[in-house]
Amino acid sequence: MMAKKKQIDARGSFCPGPLMELIAGMKAADVGDELEVLSTDKGSAADIPEWIKKVGHELLSATEENGVWHITVRKAK
Amino acid sequence: MRIVIVGGGMGGTILGNNLARRLHHELKTGKVRITMLSASEKHMYQPGLLYVAVGSMMPDELYRDQAGLLEPGIGFHVDPVENFMLDKRQVKTKSGAVHDYDVLVIATGSRAVMQTIPGLAENAETFYTEESAVKMLKRLREFQGGRVVITVGVPHKCPMAPLEITFMLHDFFKERGMRDKVQLHYTYPIGRVHSLENVAKWAAPEFDRLGITYETLFNMKEVDGKNKVLKSEEGGSTNYDLLIAIPAHKGMEVVEKNGLGQNGWIPTNRTRLNMEGQENVFVLGDTTNLPISKAGSTAHFEAETLGENIAAMVKVGSAVRDYDGKVFCFIEAGKDRATYAMFNYTTPPDPKAPTRAVHWFKVAYNKLYWASARGLL
Repeated sequence: MMAKKKQIDARGSFCPGPLMELIAGMKAADVGDELEVLSTDKGSAADIPEWIKKVGHELLSATEENGVWHITVRKAK
Repeated sequence: MRIVIVGGGMGGTILGNNLARRLHHELKTGKVRITMLSASEKHMYQPGLLYVAVGSMMPDELYRDQAGLLEPGIGFHVDPVENFMLDKRQVKTKSGAVHDYDVLVIATGSRAVMQTIPGLAENAETFYTEESAVKMLKRLREFQGGRVVITVGVPHKCPMAPLEITFMLHDFFKERGMRDKVQLHYTYPIGRVHSLENVAKWAAPEFDRLGITYETLFNMKEVDGKNKVLKSEEGGSTNYDLLIAIPAHKGMEVVEKNGLGQNGWIPTNRTRLNMEGQENVFVLGDTTNLPISKAGSTAHFEAETLGENIAAMVKVGSAVRDYDGKVFCFIEAGKDRATYAMFNYTTPPDPKAPTRAVHWFKVAYNKLYWASARGLL
């Protein structure tokens, strides 16, 4: 099956917040899929990579543009 | 204009009543028709289930007849929609009736799903249905002591529920004179004890003060009921004697079956509240895919915005305002103290220290809800 790319627009999400949105997105994704999270919370630059590392997925990139973080990850398992 | 509302929960009901008031004249003259299609003749106040689980509300307090909550002029049918034919601007119900619409509002809500985590349904107590809340209450009453673990699925309904049930369990066991025999252990999916940073900053020291232990970055993976062990996606595990679950939830099956959204969440414009790609189809409450709290207040504020906009579309042919992401959540900090968090897309909450006054306001709101559903509050 072809890996899919999906964007999770979590801008302005204080609750449940970008990381919780990503965890939900991961559950719905297949192994190999790429998910890009958009976040206006600067904390995402630290807490998303922390979770990705702990659970064993792959962090592909994390960049900031005009106050919006674009964090791309791949579901590894 | 034919307005069809699918779903008779908090969002659909507040919207229907709001529209019936704003369009009173148009309903009378036949310029507008409002139809509500629901799966149930009863309306449940879902936030009350938390109180049923600890014995402070009875299940019969949570229900009213749906027809009695609606303004005259709304055509109410207990006949759930099974097919959405958006290209024809029609929906088809279980009975086979076909309803044409000019404006469609989908507010079908969500359902708890325990089955996605192996062993969870068989081994955990929960309170997201009347039956499970009553079962949990009986289990709590029988519990003689040991380790109680609170576990949280993603995504879940009502983001305050994990904290609230933990504080309420502390008071429940304290009141029964057995808090010293119970170890309360809270687990949470992200790296702090609540999504909202300011709420987490308040709750963590409260846990410390009350002797509640906690563990973060813990997403449940499976439950080993034989050995009473909960395992996490992150490789952790914790023993329990009593497992309390805030389960993950999904949108309704009919949404998925009709291809309207993955996992039953419909892609929704965050300010206009229309379904992406559909100008005349709107989505409310738990049914949206918006990254905001799935809570009654969200459905309430969305319904008020949408009511104003649909009525304006009838009267002047244009929407008049955007939904700003407003959410208001009470936070019960035990059996007699509470605080609240209010926020929107741009402004985070700043919760204050819990007080008895806010708790009593929440208790009052549990009754006032019916005025709110009628569109009076």
